Amino acid sequence: MQPEEIRQVLLDILARIVPDEDLSTLRDDVAFREQIELDSMDFLDIVMELRKQYRVQIPEEDYPNLATMGGAVTYLVPLMKDVKAPA
Amino acid sequence: MRYDTVIIGAGLSGLAAGIRLAHFDRRVCLLERHTTIGGLNSFYRLRGRTHDVGLHAVTNYNPKGSKSGPLPRILRQLRFSWDDFGFSPQVSSKISFPGVTLRFSNDPGLLESEIALRFPGEIEGFRRLVKFVEDQPWGTAFPTSMTARGTLAEYLRDPLLIEMLLYPVLFYGSAAPHDVELTQFLILFRSIYRDGFARPYEGVRRILSVLVKRFRHLGGEIRLRSGVQAIESRSGKAVAVVLDDGTRIEADTILSSAGSVETARLCEAGLSEDVANGDSPAIPSQVPGELTFFESIAMLDRPPAELGIPETTMFYCGTPRFRYQNPGEPCNVDSGVICSPNNFAYELPLPESTLRLTVMANNRFWFERPSEEDYQEQKRIWRERIFAAALSHIPDFRPNIVDIDTFSPRTIRKYTGHHNGCVYGSPHKQWDGTTHLSNLFLCGTDQGMLGIVGAMFSGISMANKHVLGSQG
Repeated sequence: MQPEEIRQVLLDILARIVPDEDLSTLRDDVAFREQIELDSMDFLDIVMELRKQYRVQIPEEDYPNLATMGGAVTYLVPLMKDVKAPA
Repeated sequence: MRYDTVIIGAGLSGLAAGIRLAHFDRRVCLLERHTTIGGLNSFYRLRGRTHDVGLHAVTNYNPKGSKSGPLPRILRQLRFSWDDFGFSPQVSSKISFPGVTLRFSNDPGLLESEIALRFPGEIEGFRRLVKFVEDQPWGTAFPTSMTARGTLAEYLRDPLLIEMLLYPVLFYGSAAPHDVELTQFLILFRSIYRDGFARPYEGVRRILSVLVKRFRHLGGEIRLRSGVQAIESRSGKAVAVVLDDGTRIEADTILSSAGSVETARLCEAGLSEDVANGDSPAIPSQVPGELTFFESIAMLDRPPAELGIPETTMFYCGTPRFRYQNPGEPCNVDSGVICSPNNFAYELPLPESTLRLTVMANNRFWFERPSEEDYQEQKRIWRERIFAAALSHIPDFRPNIVDIDTFSPRTIRKYTGHHNGCVYGSPHKQWDGTTHLSNLFLCGTDQGMLGIVGAMFSGISMANKHVLGSQG
């Protein structure tokens, strides 16, 4: 998957976790938590949805890499390079 | 037979936990002793009518679009939308003590203005109390020595106001007499006075059917008429549950919503050669609850509002101090809760008119009736006494009754399996859900969360913490 496709995957996951949030204005360089209502339970769901849908394993010590969209995409690129983008 | 997780009890906490686990591809089986789901919050049909049990109102209600609070968190965690449960907000409620009434609704401003009017010297203290409550993050656990009465006394001076504010809080969730731990008080105070009440038009069965449909859709299994008689363990780990019919089901993790006392008994029943080997951790003794209720459900020939009973719920007390305790007499007729499922802001009126009267009851009296005839006769006698006493607070509705049903602590014990027929479980809550076995966890009432929203929150958080979280 290319960075732009990974970004879309993350947006799709967020849209299911926080369906009432407007994600169209989400900035890549600002923490998710500062832009949308996302508590620790929701945050854990991003990790678990990635695992469920794409079999990506993210160890707990790497969670800080997921704080922003930009950081998350950068972190996931090597992990998801061989994963096919959803149809 | 083997599952990733077995959940004991298909009530709201078990169903919510089951949905979380099934969503993340765990093989889950919900085991329910009864022929129907719901546990403490269920429904039944009698003479052509459907009655809710448990649910008076869904507390912790936040209106559509709210982002913080337990209800939006549950919806997100279970991937439901706001409209799935079809909640309609309450009309308004009141607390009625001799000579003083305080009204409250889902608008916290109403209670505040009522206190300013009836207790002008206390309004500043009340506002500081509210600020203290709101400043605590949801679910903050305080030391068990800190209680509601101790905290209320720091902010309020008038004992009558303290009694009035505490009454709905205790009635809607305290497993201990007279007082409640601060941690639970904060949850209850918010759920009643800050968030508020709502109800689906179809009652609790709407919530249950939405949950069970989702659970099955995700591949979860439910077995009804499948009571658990024992939890087998080896070397500090639960290995299997044994059903009443002898079926043995193995699981990596077990979540039990049966209650702490009840779960400990299941573990005792499952001890085998481990004990002889001295290889099994001791089962800690648990403190059973003893508070329980007697409720009459009166079907009326017209909506309660037409009889002068427009309130969603009404907490009434005929004495300046209420007695939240196991009463010496069979029922405490002086105080109780009157509620009506009709008095919510639905788009259409309900087809049936119902009034429910709930009072505290002495479990032993109701367990120990010598015969079925005597039990039925006592139910009738006490129901009439309760109705007569309630007439100090509401207009006479008795001529409008077209059908009636009453449940007692005996009924509660039968349908929930709770020791003593207690509704809110053990007074000692196990906030982290852990037990003496490393892979057996509590959810539901004895984990400490309350009400329908609280029960679902409990199932979700225990599933997250002990099953999903621990396995990455």
